[in-house]
Amino acid sequence: MSGTQATRVTQMQVGDALPEREFKPDNVQSMLYNAVLWNGHRIHFDEPYARDVEGYPGLVIAGPLLGDWLHQCLEEWLGDDGRIASIEYSNRIASYIGETLRSGGTVTRCDTNTGEVEVDVFVRNEADEVITPGVAIVKFHPG
Amino acid sequence: MSALLSEELLSTIGRSSEPHRELVTRRDIRKYAVATSNRQRKYLDGDEAPPMFHVPLFWDVVELDQLSADGVSIDSLLPKFPLEKAMAGGLKIEYHKPVYPGDWLTATRTLTDIYEKQGRSGALIFYEVVMDIHDDDGELVIREKTTRILR
Repeated sequence: MSGTQATRVTQMQVGDALPEREFKPDNVQSMLYNAVLWNGHRIHFDEPYARDVEGYPGLVIAGPLLGDWLHQCLEEWLGDDGRIASIEYSNRIASYIGETLRSGGTVTRCDTNTGEVEVDVFVRNEADEVITPGVAIVKFHPG
Repeated sequence: MSALLSEELLSTIGRSSEPHRELVTRRDIRKYAVATSNRQRKYLDGDEAPPMFHVPLFWDVVELDQLSADGVSIDSLLPKFPLEKAMAGGLKIEYHKPVYPGDWLTATRTLTDIYEKQGRSGALIFYEVVMDIHDDDGELVIREKTTRILR
């Protein structure tokens, strides 16, 4: 391997942190996201229903939107040097409109021969709880 | 022998949905990129589909009278489970090929597993659905495995 992509992998170390990013989803973003999906689940837009019928403290942020932010965290870090090969994640703790969330990650394994890197990624809430943990395999392009 | 899962229920393992073919459009990519607050120009302009674009592409477009009172559509691939309260689930997604506007993609969903586990506050049912997405050349583009937990 040669070139910037290869250089990035050789200089990478287990424990390296990915740049973090803050998200503060509001009603408009939540409505647009669920509309794009054709997701009519009331917990995402009908606040009296979410509170009184389902017992949530507010409007629930859709699980796959949090999953998307894990991907964005990885892709903004990769730039044009590589791509996501696979990701595994789960929505562990619910989050609500009004919360400020934060995505980030840590390199857990890197293979300089294949350009394959494993990264732990997360979305955390304001209490610093990991609400959406994930593990991704990314591949840096050969130089 | 499982306490909750009947032979009849378990016999639904392996069943698949009808293939579902959809066209990737620049406009749909742009809407998805904006709604997810993506910051990359190639996605905001719709030149390429971001990862997870298959989620809106293959979400069922159901008619209003097919939605339940809470606004959720019924997944016809799934059998009736003896537990109904959905808990957090997980996803595993493999990305094999990039997706561009103009691509036709076909998704087939298969119910690949149903099993029971004992949780702290009682029995839990797990089920797995695999969605394979192919292009018109028959090549695998994306494979997504969803695991859901019911209590």
